[in-house]
Amino acid sequence: MTDSRPVLTMTGISKSFPGVRALHDVNFRLFPGEVHALMGENGAGKSTLIKVLTGVYDTDEGTITLDGEPVSFSGPMQATAAGVSTVFQEVNLCTNLSVAENIFIGREPRLLGAVRWGEVRRRARALLARLDLDLDVSAPLGSYSLAIQQMVAIARAIDIQARVLILDEPTSSLDAGEVAQLFRIMRQLRDEGIAILFVTHFLDQVYEIADRITVLRNGGLVGEYLTTELPQLSLVEKMIGKELDVLEGIEEHSRRDLAALEEGTPLVAVSNFGRAGAVEPFSLTIHAGEVVGLAGLLGSGRTEVARLLFGADRTDGGQVAVDGTASSLRTPAQAIDHGVGFCSENRRAEGIVADLSVRENMILAMQAARGWLRPVPRRRQDELVDKYIKALNIRPADPEVPVRNLSGGNQQKVLLARWLITEPRLLILDEPTRGIDIGAKTEIQKLVTQLSDGGMAVLFISAELEEVLRLSHKVAVMRDRQMVAQLANDDSLDADRIMQTIASGSHREEADR
Amino acid sequence: MTTGSLTAGRARLRLPRRQIPVLATLALLLVMYGIGVSQYTAFSNVQVIFNVFIDNGFLLVVAIGMTFVILTGGIDLSVGSVVAMTAMVSAWLLQEGLPAALVLVIALLIGPTLGLLMGCAIHFFEIQPFIVTLAGMFFARGMCTFISGSSIPITDGFWTRISQERIGDPRGNFVSISVLIAFVVVAVAAYTLAYTRLGRNVYAIGGNPQSALLMGLPVGRTRIAVYTISGLCSAIGGILLSFYTLSGAPLIAVGMELDVIAAVVIGGTVLTGGSGYVFGTVLGVLVLGVIQTLITFDGSLNSWWTKIVIGGLLFAFILLQRLIGIRYK
Repeated sequence: MTDSRPVLTMTGISKSFPGVRALHDVNFRLFPGEVHALMGENGAGKSTLIKVLTGVYDTDEGTITLDGEPVSFSGPMQATAAGVSTVFQEVNLCTNLSVAENIFIGREPRLLGAVRWGEVRRRARALLARLDLDLDVSAPLGSYSLAIQQMVAIARAIDIQARVLILDEPTSSLDAGEVAQLFRIMRQLRDEGIAILFVTHFLDQVYEIADRITVLRNGGLVGEYLTTELPQLSLVEKMIGKELDVLEGIEEHSRRDLAALEEGTPLVAVSNFGRAGAVEPFSLTIHAGEVVGLAGLLGSGRTEVARLLFGADRTDGGQVAVDGTASSLRTPAQAIDHGVGFCSENRRAEGIVADLSVRENMILAMQAARGWLRPVPRRRQDELVDKYIKALNIRPADPEVPVRNLSGGNQQKVLLARWLITEPRLLILDEPTRGIDIGAKTEIQKLVTQLSDGGMAVLFISAELEEVLRLSHKVAVMRDRQMVAQLANDDSLDADRIMQTIASGSHREEADR
Repeated sequence: MTTGSLTAGRARLRLPRRQIPVLATLALLLVMYGIGVSQYTAFSNVQVIFNVFIDNGFLLVVAIGMTFVILTGGIDLSVGSVVAMTAMVSAWLLQEGLPAALVLVIALLIGPTLGLLMGCAIHFFEIQPFIVTLAGMFFARGMCTFISGSSIPITDGFWTRISQERIGDPRGNFVSISVLIAFVVVAVAAYTLAYTRLGRNVYAIGGNPQSALLMGLPVGRTRIAVYTISGLCSAIGGILLSFYTLSGAPLIAVGMELDVIAAVVIGGTVLTGGSGYVFGTVLGVLVLGVIQTLITFDGSLNSWWTKIVIGGLLFAFILLQRLIGIRYK
């Protein structure tokens, strides 16, 4: 089956956007009758590769062949007509139309210009029967679950005699049973000879369904592997791009005494927090003065945990206790009242107001907490701002300069200062050191240590395991939108073990106590 | 869950949710009619119903055009002014002595042309329909006054003949030709929406324009088409109005666009688009007509009560839509 000629090849593909090299000399091939997983962290170039393939973007360099013939699609419609169909993560159908109509709209069988509804329904039923789906084809699509909608999208895609089916993160909002259904259909289509390109960041699913894996990292090709020849741990290494032996050589640092901290009432204790489609229910306790690290691949649910704790997203259930008394964190305002601060991962979009000055940016959260009717006196503002500019070593040390003129590291420090001014009891830092230079990084790490020594609790989210290990008392590991383990940061914990936990999720028994 | 749960996703609700607003309108209409019949003996006369159609035929035609627009999630505020402009231009050209057939053709071209231009502006420049059709509304209203500052009577033989023609049964009940024209428009519109690609694309765009684009549907062409259709319906409505009043007046049909939108929404078409029927719009227009008739029969009530009742109904129906919409998600 896979030793025949590839149905699709992409050779030497490069694609740049202003300031970003999204793809560089990437090769990819797809054989008939295989499920081929495209793996990589967010920003590795998976989406760009698919958009280049389906003609959403032009290539800068490289060639694409379909059945040996060079092709260049002008857009998804032309690609679909040539037999390359894509089902996107967001189901792109109209929920207000019936199931049958969603499959056929745009190419309904007609007689003298009139849609033949009987024929549409009959053919829809036949097509769905091929996928072993028993649906009421006259019912509106919106009355079915997202999983079924996804399968209807697949039905629409394969009706056009597709030879290549691209599934872009089709499972990200499905539950386990729905994923099983989807996989059954994928296997069936594979056995019919359709080549399936499967994009996901769920490692388990790759090993369950994929025959072959291509790994991308930072826009470059890492390699193509048979699933059977690539252990899960090696896959994670290839995606992150660090060899384990390199990671093992981290400097030894002083471990902090977790046991002493965890006596007494936790500052915040949540149990069974979770949100369907974002993160599975988890429980977590954070004590005053404790730094809890949150490790995991990009997209594993780290940010989702932070947003739930800050009330930015609402939990589906569960309880929360602040200082031992039952409470709720349903809105950011409630969280701020409880002394929770949140430095977003996406500082440009969600944090910094680029046109306001350093001073104005720093005062924002404090002003919000006081209410807009009680402005912070200017003298008090100047005092505070001066204090934090000095304490965080913000350059330039001018409170009136617009934040847009500061470097990324200094913007991050302004954002930190904004929350520090409100004197939070729990500070959530989502990727505070991403994209800033090494000097600023060290300063921020030092600051986190100082803050926790002063009694502030910190939830520290980072993709860099060294950083998490250096700062945390306890490390919670996220994997496939689940908190799979909470590991005490003692002598036995190293990057190797965290990485194994990320890869296999089998260290649950070594919980924190 | 395994493959055994294939039917787990079967439709959760058996009630035809999409039809609930239309059924609610139908129920409302029957209740109002029942009240009328129980209160006033003359109300049960078939001619009462026929009169509702005669008095609201032009409104019905314009509401059909508006249904297309609202189904795509758009809005057309220009319809009232276009109706007035069409009637005005007809009266003026007839006064100038042009033959009736030529006047009809010219009058029927004005609305669609304006609709086409507005549709193009909405599609190509990605401007809010609200603003574009607001501009169209001012333009058309201004043109009315430009033609004449005062009312122009129509004395043309063709016009007066159609205006006075009564199509009736032996018992003396009758409708006007305008009502028949309105029924033809209703039938054509219902067929277009249910059985043609254009009609289905209208629903798809109203459901999710982004998806419609990705499914390869001609979103731009459809969007321009609905405003053209609305313009054509307004033009027909304007002709019907000129049959009805036998004049063109610069300030006629002021605020009619709002009555039309109210009728469409009370008829169960969802303002955000994607759900609704021509039949519902017919019911919506009838509801407005029956309210007016009830208030006329009562005699003691001020005619402003019509507006108050319509306001209350509109609010109730939008609330109903919202509740259904929330449960949908």
